[in-house]
Amino acid sequence: MIKVDVRRKAFGEEEVLRAIRFEMETGETVAILGPSGIGKSTLLRLIVGIDTGFEGKITRPEKIAMVFQEPVLLPWRSVVENLTLVHPQLGTQAALSALERTGIADKAGLFPGQLSLGQQRRLALARAFAGRPELLVMDEPYVSLDPAMAEDMLSLTEALIAETAPAVILVTHSEAEARRLARRCLRLAGKPATIIEEFAAKPASDGWEGHHDRA
Amino acid sequence: MDCSCTLNKTLQHPALVRALSLGLLLLLWIAAAALTADASVLPQPWALWTPFLQALGSGALPYHLGMTLWRVVCAFVPAMIIGVAVGFLMGRFASVDRWLDPWLVVFLNLPALVLIVLCYIWIGLNETAAITAVVLNKIPNVATLLREGTRALDPNLDSMAAVYRMRPLARLRHVIMPQLAPFIAASARAGIAVIWKIVLVVEFLGRSSGIGFQIHFYFQLFNVAMVLVYALSFIGVMLLVEALFLQPAERRVRRWRTA
Repeated sequence: MIKVDVRRKAFGEEEVLRAIRFEMETGETVAILGPSGIGKSTLLRLIVGIDTGFEGKITRPEKIAMVFQEPVLLPWRSVVENLTLVHPQLGTQAALSALERTGIADKAGLFPGQLSLGQQRRLALARAFAGRPELLVMDEPYVSLDPAMAEDMLSLTEALIAETAPAVILVTHSEAEARRLARRCLRLAGKPATIIEEFAAKPASDGWEGHHDRA
Repeated sequence: MDCSCTLNKTLQHPALVRALSLGLLLLLWIAAAALTADASVLPQPWALWTPFLQALGSGALPYHLGMTLWRVVCAFVPAMIIGVAVGFLMGRFASVDRWLDPWLVVFLNLPALVLIVLCYIWIGLNETAAITAVVLNKIPNVATLLREGTRALDPNLDSMAAVYRMRPLARLRHVIMPQLAPFIAASARAGIAVIWKIVLVVEFLGRSSGIGFQIHFYFQLFNVAMVLVYALSFIGVMLLVEALFLQPAERRVRRWRTA
């Protein structure tokens, strides 16, 4: 169970987030929508525990993974080391299997700079899923990709989520992406940002349907 | 037309340009020595060969070279370790930077000679004072470079390491140090060049061994040939250190950029 209760987050005098509350179950995917600069990435930093300067309380599991807007790899370490150094409990064989699953096993000995952007994104996904996270946070992972590559990555992400079943929080400004991956969507708006709308993204099998205005 | 093109291309070869440049310097030396026409003031380059062989044969040159090299190493290692640590802390923590920045400014602007003289007065005319003086002279330069390097650390990589709960040692070794490596390499290369010059001054002023001491000795005898023999020998040794240790180390840390 993940519980997010952010009463207030401010940078100096500027309040950016207020009264953001939601809960999610293991295996559930929630999308957070909102325009650029609204504070979505800030909220993610609070959720994963990088930023602890806020009023409120967040209950999160121990094993967390994150996919950033950019691949954020260690360019001075080989592809396979990018997995084994981040997940030391992972053996080389398991790391190679994770690379195999994302289609870049033949690149294991290269440096990330020798990969195409698509392959770097696959490596970032392999790193995220290799540790079998209980919570996966994705911060606009398909931004700046061309439509074909974005579709490719979406399909791979869908398959990996189905295999490992973590709780997933996806931040995006694309409603299509949100509807494709998530079961539930939260829309942020306002200044300071707060959740103004909550709606089902996929046809729900558990009875969740329709819109809930929170404003 | 073809000839001039070929010549232009040949002259763009870095190794050739380097050799020609050094040859030009040698020509200038030969011309200056010929114009001076006084070997006791500026001997011809070839006139150094015999005194060089004498100094080598007597064992004086290897001994004094070894002493200076030993002091360079003794000063270089602690100066790098302390400078890297101080620079990293200053770049990482604004409060440390606020406290130490004024010290850095003071030490950066304190002439090397003043520190050397003060160390000899306060500690005595011994090895500890000599090494301390050199270390204190070098730390501020290393710290300044490393502070800039630390400020340039990628915040996204920091976030990645934090989210994935990388252990502190692994984070230092695989995330932070590779980013600082170019700054450490640059400060090491610049540092070794400055350190050996300061070591020579330290030896000149208060030691009874080393290249600096020998230069002082032959300066009193007005023996320019021997001054040049010792100075050029040590330049040769430092070029070897650069080629054999520093450049390969720098190439190694930059390997991923050129792969």
